[in-house]
Amino acid sequence: MAAPPRFWREIPSRYNLIGTRCRNCGKVFFPPRYICPNCRRKGNIEPYKVKGRGKIVSFTEVHSPAPGFEKQVPYVLALIELEEGCRVLAQLTDLAGHEVKIGDEVEMVFRKISEEGEVICYGYKARPVKSS
Amino acid sequence: MPGAGIVGYGVYLPIYRIKISEIARVWGKKADVGIEEKSVAGPDEDTATMAVEAARNALKRAGVNPKEIGAVYVGSESPPYAVKPTATIVAEAVEATPETTAADYEFACKAGTAALQACVGLVSSGQIKYAMAIGSDSAQCRPGDALELTAAAGAACYIVGSASNECLAIFEGLYSYTTDTPDFWRREGKPYPSHGGRFTGKPAYFRHVLAAAQGLMRKLNLTPQDFDFVVLHQPNPKFPMQAAQELGFSPEKILPGLIVQHVGNTYSASSLIGLAAVLDQAKPNQRILVVSYGSGAGSDAFSLKTTEVLESKKPLAPSVEYYIKRKVLIDYGTYSKLKYLGG
Amino acid sequence: MRKVAIIGVGITKFGELWWSSFREIFIEAGIQALGDAGISGRDIEAMYIGNMSAGQFIRQEHVACLIADQAGLNPIPCTRVEAACASGGLALRQAIIDVASGMHNIVIAAGVEKMSDVPTEGAVGALASASDQEWEAFVGATFPALYALMARRHMHEFGTTEEQMAMVAVKNHDFANKNPVAQYRSRITVEDVLKSPPVCTPLKLLDCSPISDGAACVVLAPADEAKKYTDTPILVAGSGHATDTLALHSRKSLTRLDATVEAARRAYEMAHISPSQVQVAEVHDCFTIAEIMAIEDLGFCKKGEGGKMTEEGQTNLGGRIVVNPSGGLKGKGHPVGATGIAQAVEIVLQLRGEAGKRQVEGAEIGLTHNVGGTGGTAVVHVFRRMN
Repeated sequence: MAAPPRFWREIPSRYNLIGTRCRNCGKVFFPPRYICPNCRRKGNIEPYKVKGRGKIVSFTEVHSPAPGFEKQVPYVLALIELEEGCRVLAQLTDLAGHEVKIGDEVEMVFRKISEEGEVICYGYKARPVKSS
Repeated sequence: MPGAGIVGYGVYLPIYRIKISEIARVWGKKADVGIEEKSVAGPDEDTATMAVEAARNALKRAGVNPKEIGAVYVGSESPPYAVKPTATIVAEAVEATPETTAADYEFACKAGTAALQACVGLVSSGQIKYAMAIGSDSAQCRPGDALELTAAAGAACYIVGSASNECLAIFEGLYSYTTDTPDFWRREGKPYPSHGGRFTGKPAYFRHVLAAAQGLMRKLNLTPQDFDFVVLHQPNPKFPMQAAQELGFSPEKILPGLIVQHVGNTYSASSLIGLAAVLDQAKPNQRILVVSYGSGAGSDAFSLKTTEVLESKKPLAPSVEYYIKRKVLIDYGTYSKLKYLGG
Repeated sequence: MRKVAIIGVGITKFGELWWSSFREIFIEAGIQALGDAGISGRDIEAMYIGNMSAGQFIRQEHVACLIADQAGLNPIPCTRVEAACASGGLALRQAIIDVASGMHNIVIAAGVEKMSDVPTEGAVGALASASDQEWEAFVGATFPALYALMARRHMHEFGTTEEQMAMVAVKNHDFANKNPVAQYRSRITVEDVLKSPPVCTPLKLLDCSPISDGAACVVLAPADEAKKYTDTPILVAGSGHATDTLALHSRKSLTRLDATVEAARRAYEMAHISPSQVQVAEVHDCFTIAEIMAIEDLGFCKKGEGGKMTEEGQTNLGGRIVVNPSGGLKGKGHPVGATGIAQAVEIVLQLRGEAGKRQVEGAEIGLTHNVGGTGGTAVVHVFRRMN
């Protein structure tokens, strides 16, 4: 789905959860933003790696797939609120029958996202964390 | 002494397991390979994703700056691309790029230890500070073939640094034994490998594992009594148990590193996951013999001595036992679907 | 800025129009509108066309030029406006601003979309281009998936039920049954909706608006000249347009479309009315949950009470405010770029008293609400009968 240059450009974010942060107001942006909407030109944007831990805010089980995701049906997408306060959309993985609930804790892991056009796009997915 | 040691180790096993009895049932076979269950990669997993999680675990234990890793080598016989290295994907995902060398290694199930040897060499020469070796496989096999009862998925990673008080284990020596022995192969374009049946036993596995073990012990002037643990390549439990016995090792030295009965044959990760299981349990100043085996054929042997540092490193990442216990059983239908989706 | 009125409307049937091309449906809607306004093509001074994705659906860009050409109207200025599913509403707004500013007098606002020339997966993919490509579509999100995330959160925060959502679909199919141009003419029950196959939980097939072809057209004129053309000019009393973040993950709330709230606020202010004065509204029900959130965000009820308001029949004929008497996107169909204009066509018919069996008795003030994507754009217009 993503042409090689478009996918390659975002590798630091997709592989390593590198977002941005405004040094002026401290807000963290993952996925990255290139200008702080609060501070605009007064802001000071720098790269910032998020830890990849968060809680599920909402989720849905997808039966009618996006193009390129047909083989994965049904798959679960979740909106996750990360510890740093920002939210990110990700597929859930390693569910294995686990019943997803709003509030579940997850951690980001490195998985295959899609394989359209032969180049394999890797990126982040969220895996439930078992509260021990 | 090579002048290198292990500063971090990590493993990864996928969550899915299938009972060998379930596979045997479908094909009307006997499940007599001595393995309970084997691990199966999920639809969004492959050699690269498993390698990355194992590598990140190793980094958690090593605690080194990934930018100081000067080499990333991935050994596998199931890389995601026929042409495009897995090692660069892993190197990027552990943030070791761009000032690093990388390459993929291939030698059936001993690709991981071949990568490890290269790391030991590079670090010992003083050219780089840390080097990362990974063995990772999501093994392919023809449905209904005997291999289906054992072929599994998993990864292990070792970060090598120069022998210093950073290391949780020090390499005492390396020895390899290699011949051209066609016991197992796959031609380009064919989806599944072929093997030589009983030919994979004495002239292949046993010849090379025994010769490598004996060669290493001779080189270092050691006997089985000098070792606390022996870890051998484990395509099933029978081969390593028998080889260990023939070498003169008592069962309690091979059992801690024998995990194939729980997870199956993880190919390039096999002896390396076994080693990790031993490291999870070993005490300081214990000696470990590791001998891998790759069809085609060859064995790499290492002698490792643990240090005081090991104890503090163990809890920094999940243990082999954690991954063994983290499992969900699937049936043959689901297994077939996962295999099909895995490509 | 001078006031603007609608003096003519036209609309094709909505549905899978296999035998009609993109060019043909536009011409049909345009001719109808001109006839309704009693003007000739030569009177048109400018056109604004809402179209989301001709490039992806029929591999055609530069559609404003195509339309002016095919309508035989070269060399007048023609502008294509794109804001995903709000393309039509935004085209209408641009046309209003054109007339209000005094730049032109007789201006057309039209919308057209031809979605059935690609297979369903292709249409789903084209629609998904209105979401965030890098961070939503990339991980496998589709439009139903994103609205499903909002639906589940709305259920979690306010206790909205799947039955209440289903009631939106039932009502809108009832209305569509009375609308000769609607895509779906058959009625459905709550049970039909609940039993329909899951698309993205909790949304099922009958919670989702369809893939459609269609075109709609309105003719605008300065309000103080409108009576020259028609006995029933309809005044554009207010216009509001607002944006919000493209992606759901950047929103302040998953259960409220801030763009709708702000666009409505601006439109109400310009029209000098409060929400309770609106008697009939065409809102953006791309999914049943979207109507529930819309009636809350437009101020017809408190946040969280949209499900209850629907369940009590307050959005049906005889209720507090009639919502989507055309059948909405769900019943009438949703040819994306045409929808915003089609909503205006319905409100004009309602305020003229020409809505037949779906007529809201004595309607004087109507509202259209058109949303782009998952709420990144919202356009709200308030219309008033001119006495």
